[in-house]
Amino acid sequence: MKQPFDHRHAAHCESGALSALLRNRGLDLSEPMVFGIGGGLFFLYMPFIKMGGIPLTAYRDAPRVIIKNICKRLGITLRTMRFRKPEDSMAELDRLLEKGIAVGLQASVFYLSYFPRDMRFQFNAHNLVVFGKEGDNYLISDPVFEHPVSCPADDLRRARFAKGIYAPKGLLYYPEKMPSSPDLKEPIKKAIRQTCGRMLNIPLPFVGVRGIRYLAREIERWPVKLGPEKAPLYLGSVIRMQEEIGTGGAGFRFMYTAFLQEASDLLGLPHVKDAAKMMSENGDLWREFAVKGARLCKGHETGKEIYNELAAIVRECADREEEIFRLLKKAV
Amino acid sequence: MKAKEVPQEESILEGNRRACYAEDEHGRYVVVPSKGWEVEKIINAQAHAEIDKHVEEARQEVLRGEASPLKYHMLKCQMTPGLLSATTGLWRWQVHRHFKPKVFASLKRPMLERYADAMKMNVEELCKAPHNIQPKNHIMPDETEKT
Repeated sequence: MKQPFDHRHAAHCESGALSALLRNRGLDLSEPMVFGIGGGLFFLYMPFIKMGGIPLTAYRDAPRVIIKNICKRLGITLRTMRFRKPEDSMAELDRLLEKGIAVGLQASVFYLSYFPRDMRFQFNAHNLVVFGKEGDNYLISDPVFEHPVSCPADDLRRARFAKGIYAPKGLLYYPEKMPSSPDLKEPIKKAIRQTCGRMLNIPLPFVGVRGIRYLAREIERWPVKLGPEKAPLYLGSVIRMQEEIGTGGAGFRFMYTAFLQEASDLLGLPHVKDAAKMMSENGDLWREFAVKGARLCKGHETGKEIYNELAAIVRECADREEEIFRLLKKAV
Repeated sequence: MKAKEVPQEESILEGNRRACYAEDEHGRYVVVPSKGWEVEKIINAQAHAEIDKHVEEARQEVLRGEASPLKYHMLKCQMTPGLLSATTGLWRWQVHRHFKPKVFASLKRPMLERYADAMKMNVEELCKAPHNIQPKNHIMPDETEKT
């Protein structure tokens, strides 16, 4: 069972997997476009939701939100299935592959043997596309890999039934009905409006631009509150969410720049083009934060001043993002 | 970020490349593959060091006879008692109880197999913790420079 599959390298698993599924059914949307229309960009810093004792930071919305939003906005019907028994889910996967349907799966990174060793963490919300089977190996188009990979059936079964937060429960999905050339202008505008609203108007201190400012305040407090052992761990976790887990750089800010550039071509709005430029510079600033922060994590810098310096960068990012989203809100 | 500024440093990707978005010569943001970045190497090593610290503590406990090898292997698989209980279908208190060396020693083969399967190892491996520290795969960049 092998069918031709057009694999393209993507930065993020969810937008990449959906973009691949749509492309192979004839609707060619770039990954940034899927990410943007899916309203993926966000910011969140939750001091009381802890993973491994460290507060949760996210530069994007919750898993599966992108898929849900883009299907709603473009009128795509996605068939999704979850399973109780692993055998049933593998049988269904084989049945669909037999019919020539490429299937999106949710899986845990920890059990996927083709991942580099150091990147295998217990993280359940990874997305990939299976497009064929050769013997006991599944052929996989994993969006975050440069080329297609393959994975033994046993590993894939384990990955699909890993337990814990966001347990995939064998989730599989594929587009059932989709428009061949949908109008993108309205969905893009709607998505930008939604992202602006979520970044600017949620009256909670932990999310959106407010969340970024809150993180800045917290960073200033860390050296006193947490001490020299724990503070770098907290900082490292923020940078990991920004750079290590497949964001395309700067916590999705560069991918969003690509989206805004494509959007401005379609909409012909000069303000959106300006916003793209500003977002790109904003991304550079986030990268600077990562570089300085990593130096601290490595132990080259100590002392309170460096935390204050980092907080100042983060605060500047918040100011810039506020300006960008106010501009975008007016533009669309 | 400009395309030529995309970092191409030795890192954790084992020869794979990661997709970054960066500006090409026409000012458009496109996918540019990156071999790796020192920043991600540092924070990845930091995260692993934190996990390894707990694994090593558990290993010492096992060698002193204060904990069963189960605890060591669980932490090695980056699991918590909650996650292990969900994966095996056992109660959490059972998992905690099996951390006691005496209780663990009395476990029957099927129970051991259940644990071994959950962590993808065989029963023989499950029943012992290594005496020597296993070679580290993830070394902080500084240590590499020294050795």
